[in-house]
Amino acid sequence: MDHMSPVEKGLRGIALSAVVLFFMFPIFWIVLMSLQTNETILRSPPSMVFEPTFRNYIAIVTGKLDSNVASMDITFMRNLWNSILLSAGSVAVALLLGVPAAYAFARHKFRGSEEVAFTLLSFRFAPPLLVLLPLSLYFQQIGLANTYIGLIWVYQLICLPLILWIVRGYFEDISPDLEHAYRIAGHSWLSTFRRIALPLAGPGIAAAGLLAFIFAWNNFIFALVLASADKQPVTVGALAFVTASGIQYGQIAAAIVLSIAPTLALALYAQRYLVEGLSLGAVKG
Amino acid sequence: MSKAMLNLQAVDKFYNPGSVHEVHAVQGLDMAVAEGEIVALLGSSGCGKTSTLRMIAGFEEVSKGSIQLAGRDIHRLAPAKRNVAMAFEGYSLYPPLTVQENIAFALKSQSLAKDAVARQVAEIAQLLEIEEVLERYPSSISGGQQQRVSLGRALIRSADLHLLDEPMGQLEPQLRALLRGRIKHFIKERGLTAILVTHDQTEANALADRIAVMEEGVLQQFDTPANLKNRPANLFTGAFIGEPPMNVFDAEVRSEAGRLVFGLGGGVTLDYAENEFSLALRAALLKKPQVTIGVRPHAVRITDEGAKAEITANQWLGDQTHIAARFAGGAIVSVEHDRTRYAKGETIGVALASEDLHVFDTRSGMAISHGGALA
Repeated sequence: MDHMSPVEKGLRGIALSAVVLFFMFPIFWIVLMSLQTNETILRSPPSMVFEPTFRNYIAIVTGKLDSNVASMDITFMRNLWNSILLSAGSVAVALLLGVPAAYAFARHKFRGSEEVAFTLLSFRFAPPLLVLLPLSLYFQQIGLANTYIGLIWVYQLICLPLILWIVRGYFEDISPDLEHAYRIAGHSWLSTFRRIALPLAGPGIAAAGLLAFIFAWNNFIFALVLASADKQPVTVGALAFVTASGIQYGQIAAAIVLSIAPTLALALYAQRYLVEGLSLGAVKG
Repeated sequence: MSKAMLNLQAVDKFYNPGSVHEVHAVQGLDMAVAEGEIVALLGSSGCGKTSTLRMIAGFEEVSKGSIQLAGRDIHRLAPAKRNVAMAFEGYSLYPPLTVQENIAFALKSQSLAKDAVARQVAEIAQLLEIEEVLERYPSSISGGQQQRVSLGRALIRSADLHLLDEPMGQLEPQLRALLRGRIKHFIKERGLTAILVTHDQTEANALADRIAVMEEGVLQQFDTPANLKNRPANLFTGAFIGEPPMNVFDAEVRSEAGRLVFGLGGGVTLDYAENEFSLALRAALLKKPQVTIGVRPHAVRITDEGAKAEITANQWLGDQTHIAARFAGGAIVSVEHDRTRYAKGETIGVALASEDLHVFDTRSGMAISHGGALA
C-alpha cells in the first residue's frame, strides 16, 4: 500500500470518488430537496440553483402541513418518537434475551442446540406477511394489537436472531480456558460471565446491537399491519405525505433527513464495530 | 510419606457417552498424591493426561469414580470451590490487564493488603524472569513470556493443589533448565502439592518426585523416575521411558548344561550362567518359553567377543554417540559417551550383561524380571 506510483494513487482516488458519489448522491439529492418548495423540486429541467427554505422542516416540527390547496395536521414528530421507542425497546429486549442465549449456544453443546439456534435464525427467512396476517388476528384477540409491547415483541423476529448469531460468534472466539482461569481463582459462573465473557465480547455486542437497531428502525411492514397512526414509526408515517392534493416531495425529503439522522449518526460513531460485527470473526481484536 | 492430599478413586471419563463417537478417555484411574509431592502425568497426546487434570480442576465432569482433595470430596464441586490453582497450556491471560495485574488478580480472593500483593508479584516475577514485562499487556509479549506469566499466576496462589498443564513447552532450552530448578525449589520450599502434565520426559524426571505414565486412558505405572527407568512395570513403560528407547527382542528361553540360553531371531543366542538368575525366576522363565527381552541402549556394550552385529549408522550428537546395528533379525542401538570410529557395514560384537536384562511376558507385556531377579 505504501509503495504506489502516482498513477496508481490517482486512479485509486478516482475510483473511490466514483463509488462515494454513486452511494452518496441519493442522500445528497434528498438533502437538497428538503430545502426546496414543491414547485422548485418539480420544475423541468431540474436545477441545483434555488433559494433554500426551511419551510419543510418547520412544517414537520410544528405538525402543520400546508399544501397549496389546504392545511392538514401531520404527526411526524410523534412517528419519530415511536421509531426511537420501538427500536431502542426491541434492541434492549433482544440484548437482554439474546446475549445470555448466545453465550449458552457458544459454550454448551447440548442436545438439539444447533437445531434451536437454526430455528431462531429461520425466522428471518419467512416472508413477513406470511407471519403477520395470522399474527394480527391473534394480537387482536389477546389485546396486543396496536400496543408498544406487542410491536416490540414482533420486532424480536428482526433483532433476536441477529444478535444471537453475531454475539455467539464472538463468544466462540474467546478461549474457554480464559473463563476457566477466572473460575478456578474462586469466582462463580455468573461473575465469570459478567467480568470476563461480557467485556471481551463487548465490541461484538455493540455491533450486533447497532445493526439490530438499524434493522428495526428501517422496518415498515410490521408496524403498518399491527399498529394504528399513533403507534406508527417514521417509515409508515411517511405515507401521510401522499395527500389528496399531490405528493409533498419537499416535506417527504425533510422527513427522510430527520429520520435517517439518528441511525446515520449512530453508524458513523460506531463504524469500526459495525464492520467487525459484519465480518464476524474474520477480524479479531 | 505423609498423608494423601489428592486421591483419585476408580475415575472414568467418557466423551460423547452413548453415541457412536464414544471415547473412553480415562479408564479406572486410581492414584494418590501425598502432601508436598510433585507428580508428573506423562504420556503421548491423547493418552488421557489432560482429561485427568481437567477433571481434577473441574472443567470436565467425572463420568464415574470420585476425587478427594484435602479430605473433601471435590468431584461434584464447582471449580471455584475446589481450592485448586492451575496454569493453562494456552496461557489464558486476561487481555485487558497488564502482566502485573494478571498475576495479582489471582490473589484477589485472598484479600491481601496492597503492598503484600506487590511484594509477592515482584518475588514471583523475579523467579520467572519476567520483571521487565510486568507493565506490558499480554498481546505485546512473546509466547514464552506469556507462558511464564500464566505459570506465575498459578504459583502465586496458596491452594491445596497446583495443576500445571505443559508449563514450560514454549521456553528456550537454557531458560527451561534454569526455571525447572527454581520452580522445583519454590514448590518444595512452600510445601505445595503439584501435578504437572507433560510429554517431555526430561521435564518430568527433573521436576517430579513420582511420574504417572499413561497410555490410551490407562495408568501404566506410577513410580519414582529411577524405578521407571530400572524397573519398568510393563513393556510400554520400558519402551516409552528413556532416550533412545529400549532395545526389544522376542526370545525363547531354554536351559542347557547349567546355562540359561535366550534364543533370539536370526540364530543369535545369549547364554548366561544359571546362577546369574534367581531360582524362582529360572522356574518362571522356563514355564514361559516365549518372552520379550529389553536392554537399554546405555547398557549395550560393544566388545570383540559376543554376538555379531553389523553397523548401520553411527551418529555423533555432540555429547554422545548413537550406534545402530543389525542384530538378531532386528536392530540394536548402543550409546557411547565418546566419538567412535565404527564405519557402516563393519561387524562388531555385542555383549548384554544379565543384570541389564529386562524380561517381559510377550503376550501381556507385563514385566517378569529386571536384572536377574523377579519383578
